[in-house]
Amino acid sequence: MYQYDSYDQQTLNERVAQFRNQTQRYLAGELSDDEFRPLRLQNGLYLQRQAPMFRISVPYGHLASRQLRKLAHLARAYDRGYAHFTTRTNVQFNWPRLEDVPEMLAELASVEMHANQTSGNCIRNITADPFAGVAADEITDPRPWAEILRQWAAYHPEFAFLPRKFKIAFNSAREDRVVLRVYDIGLDLVRNADGELGFRVLAGGGLGRTPILGEEIAPFVAWPHLITYCEAILRVYNRYGRRDNLWKARIKILVRALGAAEFRRQVEEEWRHTKDGPDTLTVEEVERVAAHFAPPPYETLPARDPGFESLLDADKAFAGWVRRNVREHRRPGYASVVLSLKKTGSAPGDIRAEQLDRIADWADRFSFGEARMTHEQNLALADVRQADLHALWLEAREAGLATPNIGLLTDIICCPGGDFCNLANARSIPVADAIQQRFDDLDYLHDIGEIELNISGCMNSCGHHHVGHIGILGVDKNDEEWYQVSIGGCQGNDTTLGKVIGPSFARDEIVGAVERLLDTYVALRHEDERFIDTVRRIGIEPFRERVYENRVHKRKTVHV
Amino acid sequence: MSERIIRNGRVVEDTRQLVTLAPGADPAETAVPAGAVLVPLGVWRARRDELLERARSGELGVWIDAGEDVSLLADDLAALRVIGVHFPRFTDGRGYSTAALLRGRLGYSGELRAFGEVLRDQFNYLTRCGFDVLQPRSGRYDAPALEAACASIADFTEPYQHSASHPQPLFRRARRGTPSPSHP
Ligand code: SF4
Repeated sequence: MYQYDSYDQQTLNERVAQFRNQTQRYLAGELSDDEFRPLRLQNGLYLQRQAPMFRISVPYGHLASRQLRKLAHLARAYDRGYAHFTTRTNVQFNWPRLEDVPEMLAELASVEMHANQTSGNCIRNITADPFAGVAADEITDPRPWAEILRQWAAYHPEFAFLPRKFKIAFNSAREDRVVLRVYDIGLDLVRNADGELGFRVLAGGGLGRTPILGEEIAPFVAWPHLITYCEAILRVYNRYGRRDNLWKARIKILVRALGAAEFRRQVEEEWRHTKDGPDTLTVEEVERVAAHFAPPPYETLPARDPGFESLLDADKAFAGWVRRNVREHRRPGYASVVLSLKKTGSAPGDIRAEQLDRIADWADRFSFGEARMTHEQNLALADVRQADLHALWLEAREAGLATPNIGLLTDIICCPGGDFCNLANARSIPVADAIQQRFDDLDYLHDIGEIELNISGCMNSCGHHHVGHIGILGVDKNDEEWYQVSIGGCQGNDTTLGKVIGPSFARDEIVGAVERLLDTYVALRHEDERFIDTVRRIGIEPFRERVYENRVHKRKTVHV
Repeated sequence: MSERIIRNGRVVEDTRQLVTLAPGADPAETAVPAGAVLVPLGVWRARRDELLERARSGELGVWIDAGEDVSLLADDLAALRVIGVHFPRFTDGRGYSTAALLRGRLGYSGELRAFGEVLRDQFNYLTRCGFDVLQPRSGRYDAPALEAACASIADFTEPYQHSASHPQPLFRRARRGTPSPSHP
C-alpha cells in the first residue's frame, strides 16, 4: 500500500501543528464557535449529542496492520474501547474529548493516518473497490489513481469552502462495488478503442433528501487529464453551486438545474484552459505511485489446496462460512475473506479494540499485513492462502468476526442514528438489532438468500437506505420516531433508487413490516429469484398490499 | 483613517477607502472620493472612461463581490493595478476561484486584496490562490494578534497542488519518493 514520502509526512505534520494551534486559540477564546466549526469539521471533529464525534479517514479503505493497532490504541486510550466503521470507509470514535483531538491526530500522523476533510464542505475521503488488485473482473488497479487524487484534494487551497460536501469514488471493475452513481464525481476506469486508459466521468449523483443518480458527463477522459478534468468540475461547482439553501447546495442540484448537457459544456469550457497545463499527470508520477500497489510476494500455489478441500467436506460450519464470506481471488490458491461486523447483538460496523488487534495480527500472519474496509461496513483480508482459511476461521469465530452472513439479511448497513448522531430523526441501531434478533436463524437467512437491508436515521442517508433492496429511513412525527420503508433499491451496475411503500411505521411495527415483506417474497418468488428480482418482476404493489392489509386490521381492532 | 493590513506577509498601514453601493443606488451617480479607493465593479463598469487614469496610477482599484463574474474585468486588467475580492462570509469559497482565475487564466499581476470576512485560519489558502493583501474586517484582530496571524500564511510549506504561489504541482516541483523517516 502507499507509504508516505518525506513530503507527505511533512505536510501531514504541518496539518497537525495547524490544528493544534487552532484548538488552543479556540480554547483560549480567540476563535468563535462559528469560526472554529469548519476548522474542526475539516479535521474530523463534530460536536455531538453525547460527546464529540471524531471521524478518521481511511483512504480507499486500506489499513496496514500498524494502523489497525493504532486505531485499537486510540479506542482504548481516548474512547470506550471500540470504533465504528462507516459506509464511506471512515472510522468514527464517539467519546473523545475536544482537548484530546490534537494529540489523537498526532498519534494518527505517526502511522500515516489523518482525519483530514472527513467532514465540512470540502472534498471528502475518496473511495475505491475494496477488492482492488485482487478482483478477477478488474480493468486496472484504481488505487494509484485514488491516491493521486487524494493528494491533489488534500488541503486544496481553492476548494476548502465549497457550497457543500463533495465525494469522489472510483470504479475499476466490471461489477460496480462502490455505488458509483451516488457520488458527486464517479470515475469509472475504462479503456478506449485504442486500449488507452482513462475515465468515464459521472457527476451529480448523491443520496440525501433529494436522491439523484449521477449522469455521464464525459465518456472518456484520458488518464493524464484526471486532475485537470476534476478541477474543472470543482471550479464550475465552486463558482455556481447554490449557497443560499443548504438542501440545494450539492452539485447534483446544479447539474439538474443546468441539465447534464449544459453542465458538461461549462466544464469543457473551463477545462479547455487548464488541459495540458502543469497539473497534467506524468508517466513518472503515475509509476511512482503505482509502485506502492505492486502485487505482494505471492507464492506459487495449486488452484485448489487439498487440505482446504478436505476441511470443506469435513466441517459444515466452515464450509458455510466459506460460501458466504470468502471470495474468489485472481491468484491460484488464494482467497479474499470478509470478516463480518454484523454479529447479532453488536451494532453494525462497530468493532472493539481487541478485535482490531486480532485483525492486525491476522493481517500480518495471513494477508501481507493489510486489511480493507468495505462500504457495507465489514472488513476484508484480501490475500489469504486457501491453506490458511481454516485457521483464520477458527480464530475469527472465537473473536466474533466470523458470522457467515455476508450479503444476507442480517448483513445490515446501518448508520449510528439517534443513539449517537445529532442530526438523527430516529434511532437506527435498535432497529437493526431487532431485525437481527428476529431473523437470527441461519436456515431462514439462507432461504431468503441475498438481500440488502439498509437503515438511515435521517434523510442524510449515511446508511444508504435509498439503494437498499429494503431501505428503512428514520422520520420524525411529532417528536416520535417513525420509519419509512422503501423497496426495490439496489447498488451495483444497475443502481436503482427504492420506492417508498406507504405510510411510515412506529418502532414496534417495523420488524413486523419487514417480516411481511419477506413473507410476500417467499409466497410470490420464482425459484432462485432474489428478493430484488421479485420486486422488479411484480412491482411494489403486492408488497404494499400485504404489508398494510395486516396493519389496517390491527388498527381497526384497536379503535373499535 | 488608516487600517492595518497584511501585504506580502507583513503588517502595514493602509489608507485605501472602500466604496460600496447602497441597495438600489445608481452606480453612475455614486460618489468616488479622492485618494486611494476601491470601487465596486458596477461603478467601474458604469464610469470606466472617467476613472481610467486613476486606475492606471494605482490610486483607484476595483472590487468584485463573491458572486460576481471576474471575466467582466478581463479587458481591463492591463489598466488595473489593484483588485479587491469581497468575502461576505469566510465560508463562502467563491473568492478563491476568482483569485485563481485572475492569477492563472487572466494573468493578472497587480495587487489582489481579500477583504471582508477574512480570517487568519484561511491565510494560507488565500495566499496560495494569489492574494497578496489580506485585510481582515476592521477590529477583528488587534495589533499583536494581527502580527501573530502572519505566521498562518506559512501553515503548509510544500503543498501538493499547483496554484498562484506554486506554479508547479509537487510532483513536478520535487523529486518525490524519499521514504519518510517515520516509516519503520
Ligand atoms: S443518516 Fe442521519 S442519523 Fe444517520 S449518521 Fe447520517 S446524519 Fe446521522
